Amino acid sequence: MGHSTSHSPEPPLVTGNLSFHELTELVARHAEKKPPLGWYIAIGISSLLLVNLLVMIAYQVWNGVGVWGNNVPVGWGWPIVDFVFWVGIGHAGTLISAILFLFRQRWRTSINRAAEAMTIFAVMCALLFPTIHVGRIWVIYWTLPIPNQMDMWPQFKSPLLWDVFAVSSYFIVSLMFWYVGLIPDLATLRDRARSFVRQRVLGVFSMGWTGSNRHWRNYEKAYLLLAGLATPLVLSVHSVVSFDFAVSIVPGWHTTIFPPYFVAGAIFSGFAMVVTLMVIARKVYGIEDLITLNHLEKMNIIILLTGSMVGFAYITEFFIAWYSQVGYEQYAFINRATGPYAWAYWIMMSCNLLAPQVFWFKRLRRNVPLMFAISILVNIGMWFERFVITVISLHRDYLPSSWGYFSPTWVDVMTFAGSFGLFLTLFLLFLRFAPMVALSEVKGVTPQADPHFYDQESS
Amino acid sequence: MKKLIADIKASMGVYESEPVYGLLAEFADPAALLHAAEETRKAGYRHFDVHSPFPIHGMDKAMGLGNSLVGFFTLGGGITGFALAYWLQWWTGAVAYPLNISGKPFFAIEPSIPVIFELTVLFSAFGAVAGMFALNGLPRPHNPLFYSRNFARATDDAFFLHIAASDKRFDLEETRRFLTDVGGRNIELLTEES
Repeated sequence: MGHSTSHSPEPPLVTGNLSFHELTELVARHAEKKPPLGWYIAIGISSLLLVNLLVMIAYQVWNGVGVWGNNVPVGWGWPIVDFVFWVGIGHAGTLISAILFLFRQRWRTSINRAAEAMTIFAVMCALLFPTIHVGRIWVIYWTLPIPNQMDMWPQFKSPLLWDVFAVSSYFIVSLMFWYVGLIPDLATLRDRARSFVRQRVLGVFSMGWTGSNRHWRNYEKAYLLLAGLATPLVLSVHSVVSFDFAVSIVPGWHTTIFPPYFVAGAIFSGFAMVVTLMVIARKVYGIEDLITLNHLEKMNIIILLTGSMVGFAYITEFFIAWYSQVGYEQYAFINRATGPYAWAYWIMMSCNLLAPQVFWFKRLRRNVPLMFAISILVNIGMWFERFVITVISLHRDYLPSSWGYFSPTWVDVMTFAGSFGLFLTLFLLFLRFAPMVALSEVKGVTPQADPHFYDQESS
Repeated sequence: MKKLIADIKASMGVYESEPVYGLLAEFADPAALLHAAEETRKAGYRHFDVHSPFPIHGMDKAMGLGNSLVGFFTLGGGITGFALAYWLQWWTGAVAYPLNISGKPFFAIEPSIPVIFELTVLFSAFGAVAGMFALNGLPRPHNPLFYSRNFARATDDAFFLHIAASDKRFDLEETRRFLTDVGGRNIELLTEES
């Protein structure tokens, strides 16, 4: 009594007014039936790229990393660019799962599963590059604190070692987060399974889940805590990656803006990759009712926001270079925009700062072909951002006699292409065998999941 | 001691009752299940549980369950990770193999922060996940509920309430009548071997 405000209901997060069973059918069916022809074509191409990657790794291990374009003065070439590129993409999943969960953004439920899977696969691709980059891949375990015959330990004062800890912790936590989220949905698949083998395999992975409320209680608490833990973790990972650069004294790297700027860039590139994959997946699998245009629009708003933050950071770097009055620092930035790699710089600027600005317009944000094109541009632009930071800063530093020009070799190019093979193959296998949408969570956000829904009905 | 173990197992939804495991009733929707859970608690039953495809808001209160204990496991994991990372960096850098790098101290807090942070988060996450599994008594490959005809739909679109035979108030006839009264359908008797 006495309420003068009127209640305007939230627009539904899932359209089509589907019942619980219809939702189950819609999602679980794809993990059970024979995949469409397009899937076979896609995995055919991606497996070829994957085989190419394996050949390239073997070639590099056999010959040593001298087959790369890396050479003095550019000692960090494509492998580090590719590493930072993939780690960046691997940020969106945990961001969607953890940060949006804490902010009670319930629209995340439709996309978080696929985005988390994408995160895990992207981090796997990322880990590949520094593993090869160490040169002697067979002693990669020296980066871990494992007792050895030399009685030596990793050097904990090195940002490169912090990176080992940050990225591997991130990988393990993301994997646990993803698996915990999968358990109720694997139980759904188990209960629908008809063949003996399928029942047993799913039975093992779903751990005997029965949807018991005594279990949901601990489960939800653990999920909340994992989200709370993953939030600072996801922000720390790219900060630590940026320390690899910022702790050095190379002009163009030695800046305090790097951690926040890297994190914004990571979210930006990750969301672009989620949009790229989701636009295709929702169409191919006919789940437009679950991943609606509203979801895509919200992701585009985040792309616009983070893209503008990244663009702001580019401009701030220039300002600080001028303001610092350090000649080397100033030259590093003038050289970026006007030097021999100016083309890379302007690709980065136009793809990252200018392209997302079209999302200021609601009509354009809701235009699927356009957002697909922009998401590809952002992916390209973010790869070039890492190229600009890594290669342009190194190729001309303090002493003009040691300046040089870096060019990649065919091995660099083929390995990078191969990493897409690994990423896409894993993602396609995920779409084929796992529930690609978090079923229990989507059911939980439908109006009929709320016990109060039935109060209105009876009154 | 035996009673304590039985109580802990009951909190996980694992009941020691043979050969009759309990009675399972189906309910139409989340609201009916919530209401039934409340009535079951009020009627004095303690060894009961509800099963739904998603967590239902307000069910913990209706069942009379307190706050989950997962947080303590997480805290324990976090303290372990913090202590381990601190000790590891101090011991390897200052004790086991001191190495002079540009005259920097062998151990200092500042460069140790990133690894301390990462391992604290990692071990807290281990604590949260392991604690969740431990408190839930998972993995549990054998569960008499799986013998039920209808129960497979608990992970799809059906809502169940299960009262275990180990409950002090459990009586086959009376409990069956009670479940019918609160709106249960498809009432099923569960036994260890069906």
